Amino acid sequence: MIFVFALFLLTLLVITALAIVHTENLFVAVMLTSIFSLLMAANFFILDAADVALTEAAVGAGVTTVIFLSALALTGEREKPRVGGRNIALVTVGILALLIIYATFDKPRLGDPNAPVHQHVAPWYLEKTPEYMGFPNVVTAVLSSFRGYDTLGEVFVVFAACIGVLFILGVRPPRESLEPRDESSGLRHHLIPQVVGRLLVPFIVLFGLYVQFHGEYGPGGGFQAGAIIATGVILYALLEGEAEALRAVPRSVLLGMVIGGAMLFGSVGVVCMLMGGAFLDYSVLAADPVWGQQLGILIIEAGVGMAVCGALLSIFHAFAARESLS
Amino acid sequence: MIDIGLDILSWILLTLGGACVLIGGIGGLRLPNFYTRIHAASLTDTMATLLIFAGMMLQAGLSLPTLKLLAIMLFLLLTGPTATYALANAALLSGLKPDAETVTDNDKGHAG
Repeated sequence: MIFVFALFLLTLLVITALAIVHTENLFVAVMLTSIFSLLMAANFFILDAADVALTEAAVGAGVTTVIFLSALALTGEREKPRVGGRNIALVTVGILALLIIYATFDKPRLGDPNAPVHQHVAPWYLEKTPEYMGFPNVVTAVLSSFRGYDTLGEVFVVFAACIGVLFILGVRPPRESLEPRDESSGLRHHLIPQVVGRLLVPFIVLFGLYVQFHGEYGPGGGFQAGAIIATGVILYALLEGEAEALRAVPRSVLLGMVIGGAMLFGSVGVVCMLMGGAFLDYSVLAADPVWGQQLGILIIEAGVGMAVCGALLSIFHAFAARESLS
Repeated sequence: MIDIGLDILSWILLTLGGACVLIGGIGGLRLPNFYTRIHAASLTDTMATLLIFAGMMLQAGLSLPTLKLLAIMLFLLLTGPTATYALANAALLSGLKPDAETVTDNDKGHAG
């Protein structure tokens, strides 16, 4: 039964991907990309990867769509007609597709317990997580402690992406556009979306905090929570106008969150070294190694959440500020 | 005995909900213009949500999943109609007339 459902979802995925390539209306393409992410999230979920599914749904289907739409507001809605180069692209894609199909012949069957990926370090992680960390979600343990270096790198990628977007789009618009334009922006004059939205924003942020601090026991963690909280603030910005959202969470706070989140993560590692352990070895943070691990994971997850939330909101505001310039 | 009764009731609700989704989907494809199409699609937001979630809550019984289902149902019942309203409002503001006579099978609803 689950196999039929997975096949159905994958078929829909292929259809959506073809539709994205085929459509010339960029607005439709953005919406289809969102649907693609949602289908992908469902796929991840039936493969029992709840953490990845949550990330895909929150980031891929949620925040990315909003950022795409705000980018689309700066450009045209229709794709430019392309000139030439189609045959080269077709041949390249064809060769790559054949290579990938050829590679799948050596791929172990889905869920095969003898597959290399299930034989390498995974059994050790599964066995040692309850002993070292004292909580059940192995994904969080792997992500934030066993492979903490990778996650630190990811946070710095988020940081670098945010700085890059801000450099390209400009941190601060010219003076005259700083005047609040409350009358025209936001959904002030639309009673129903405003009432419902106002009702939802606190619950979205609360759910984000739950995902943040429950990541050790259920699916979730800093990345997902950051995206969900950013969605809540973006909803507020759409309802009340961008100026009002910037008054609630100013740019300086957002940049502080991005920098502070990355710094918090790194400084936990340094503190671990100062207390006599290895970099990002949280066991030395408390007298009991298990408590030390939990404390370290709690702090670095908070850092991840801050960095992701700040970066997404900074990017959103960078696009929105350009919008009001033109 | 009660269990079987609840099971039957829950499956009736689930089937009815599924039928509502199906009708909404067919309506979204077949109805002549934008407003009638979102009218059909909004059936999946409201009636289908109610029926399917009621059915699933009966399956889950008195437990934590039931509370979670209730929360998701409330969320969907709040956001779905609001989204439909916002969509219709945006269409009206951008100048699409809700005229039953004109068959405006425009490109928006038929991507790909």
